[in-house]
Amino acid sequence: MSKNPEFVKFDKVDKSYDGKVLVVKDLQLDIAEGEFITMLGPSGSGKTTCLMMLAGFETPTNGEILLDGNIISNIPPHKRGIGMVFQNYALFPHMTVYENLAFPLRVRKVEKDEIDKKVDKALSMVSLNGFESRMPAQLSGGQQQRVAVARALVFDPAVVLMDEPLGALDKNLRESMQYEIKHIHESIGVTVVYVTHDQSEALTMSNRIAVFNDGKVQQLSDPAELYEKPVNSFVAEFIGENNTFNGEVSDIDKDTCKVKLGNAEILANPISVKSKGEKTTVSLRPERALINPADKMDNMFTGKIEEVIYHGDHTRVRLNLLGSSEFILKVPNSTSNLELKVSEDINIGWNSVDARALDPK
Amino acid sequence: MSSENKILTTDGIPLEVSLKKAERKNKIKAFVLVAPLLLFLVITYIFPIGEMFTRSIDDKMITNMLPKTFKEMEKWDGKELPSEEVFAGFYYDYKALVEKQEHGKLGQRLNKEKNGFNSTTKRLFRNIKRKKIDESASIKEQMMKVHKNWGKVEYWQAIKRTAPPYTLAKYLKGMDMYYAPDGSIAQVDEDRRIHRILWLRTLEIAFFVTLFCFLMGYPIAHLLATLPMKYSNLLMICVLLPFWTSLLVRTASWMILLQQQGVVNDFFVMIGLVADDNRPEMMYNKVGTYVAMTQILLPFMVLPLYSVMKTISPSLMRAGKSLGGTPFVAFWKVYFPLTIPGIGAGCLLVFILAIGYYITPALVGGASGTLISNQIAFHMKQTLDWSFASAMGLMLLTGVLVIYWIYNKLVGVDNIKLG
Repeated sequence: MSKNPEFVKFDKVDKSYDGKVLVVKDLQLDIAEGEFITMLGPSGSGKTTCLMMLAGFETPTNGEILLDGNIISNIPPHKRGIGMVFQNYALFPHMTVYENLAFPLRVRKVEKDEIDKKVDKALSMVSLNGFESRMPAQLSGGQQQRVAVARALVFDPAVVLMDEPLGALDKNLRESMQYEIKHIHESIGVTVVYVTHDQSEALTMSNRIAVFNDGKVQQLSDPAELYEKPVNSFVAEFIGENNTFNGEVSDIDKDTCKVKLGNAEILANPISVKSKGEKTTVSLRPERALINPADKMDNMFTGKIEEVIYHGDHTRVRLNLLGSSEFILKVPNSTSNLELKVSEDINIGWNSVDARALDPK
Repeated sequence: MSSENKILTTDGIPLEVSLKKAERKNKIKAFVLVAPLLLFLVITYIFPIGEMFTRSIDDKMITNMLPKTFKEMEKWDGKELPSEEVFAGFYYDYKALVEKQEHGKLGQRLNKEKNGFNSTTKRLFRNIKRKKIDESASIKEQMMKVHKNWGKVEYWQAIKRTAPPYTLAKYLKGMDMYYAPDGSIAQVDEDRRIHRILWLRTLEIAFFVTLFCFLMGYPIAHLLATLPMKYSNLLMICVLLPFWTSLLVRTASWMILLQQQGVVNDFFVMIGLVADDNRPEMMYNKVGTYVAMTQILLPFMVLPLYSVMKTISPSLMRAGKSLGGTPFVAFWKVYFPLTIPGIGAGCLLVFILAIGYYITPALVGGASGTLISNQIAFHMKQTLDWSFASAMGLMLLTGVLVIYWIYNKLVGVDNIKLG
């Protein structure tokens, strides 16, 4: 089966509500058929607006949205055939689970037998057989969520949109639902556009993630690359934890650069710096810095322990290092645990390739 | 549960006792807080309704005036002329009334029951005054000589009908019926059935006013619930503005607008809709009542609808559309069923208010636009037949309760939402 790499296409889409502020700026985004793509970003970054434009509840101020090669900007929502899971589930409270699921089929004038079959199949997909005659109010949050997912899928839409569907669930349920939705996606191969502000949710579920900020896609890549190789300091900050150093490039060659921080100098990987004298923010993941490293590392410094916080599977250590007292270390909880005491000095090392010199904050 | 395994508190007191003790203080507090309102309701609502009820069925006057007569009448079969004892009983009762100078009232009251009683009793009164009746002889024969009506069984039957201390005659009158001389219930002549027309008209006007309010209020409430805050506040003020204006002022302004030389008619003439010498009458008939009452009762429809619509998440309509429903289907299958509690509350409220409406129909209704409440007021103030007014008021109250009951059967009162 050949998959269309431009199944959904945002082509130079701008959106403004008041004619003064652009909430979405020049959005250029291709979504492949069968892909699970997540729009991730802080609130107000324009991700939900994008979803609403795709669903047809908002019109783009400029540009076009294409679905399978057809411009859909002028097609009303009910003719787009896009399934949607809403933030608060939006189950019809006066209908039973069966009626909720049958609604999209009934409006499409599907035969009664066919409806029964499809509803049954959709319910078994979310393992809710036997709940047909319940009212939504009689279901738990997780069950309501599953019904909402089943309802969005029951009429075999080409694309399913999910607008922070797990936001109202508690942590454990959220995690198990993440896997469940991911498995449903894998088993039926539908294209999913998922909106969330929870980065761990995005990393767990997606094929690709589009990080939104300020109406723009900051980075579009798969989860591993997004975490390992953020292209700018916003993405580095937003995805996962991050130690930062603000400084100035004092020397630069192809693979490394020197960054001057006050009176010290560190080696870093030049990502978005080009020349000497540029301001930069160096980003380093906490788990990439090691205490008393066995191997030789090209950045070696001594810092003072300010605080030790026990987290069960790991211990976080806050250090005063290179003039910043916010440097965080993650020490895995292993049998050979180190004795970490506040106000002791320890040696820290990291490789310059992990320290990414990005645009200044 | 047997007494052995009763749950005890840590101190060994049965749990139920302990709980009651703990709750008692709260219960007393709650009752004290409610007490003023309860007292107010009893004094201003329950007590007057009880008073109205007794007044509407009260018929003790004659019962008290003729105690001996009615005692003797218990043995009478009511078919033939009563016995000497009944005549004697009536004679002595009447004589006592003459001494107390209350015989006139009796004559009038009996005359209502049967025409001719006034003169019949007056003749007896004159004979008693002149001491012409020999109490040692047969009183029956002497009375029949005084007036031939005393020898007619219908007159005695009429007296017997007034024996019970309570009567439903006022209620029958409210439905254009009366007790026929033989005690059965009969209808008044067709050309005199005014009350039934009024009842039907009241129901009709209340029904249509409710319908108009619903048709006009639903879109307004929807707009109120969906508009952005700054516009919806303004609209809300527009809806509530009539609330803050005196009812009388509003009705009077409708009179200015609707009269034949009024603003609306002037406008119709101006745009050429009607000829100047052929202005339609829009007041002192049903049209005036409909227009003014719809406007006045509209907020009572809008507010419950609004409070229900406000709770309906806009994402439900969106979900309906995204699942493939046209805007109409999404509205009809999703939005509308969810507003039914508000529709129920609004309609019930408007209907009940409309059915007892008084001032507006009195001022703009004219002859064909008045309601039953105007008739009640008429009897309160003009004929002073308070027992009849009370009877009709209670009939109205019963009607409202019946409607409430039917509504509860159809929709369920639990489904009502007033906000």
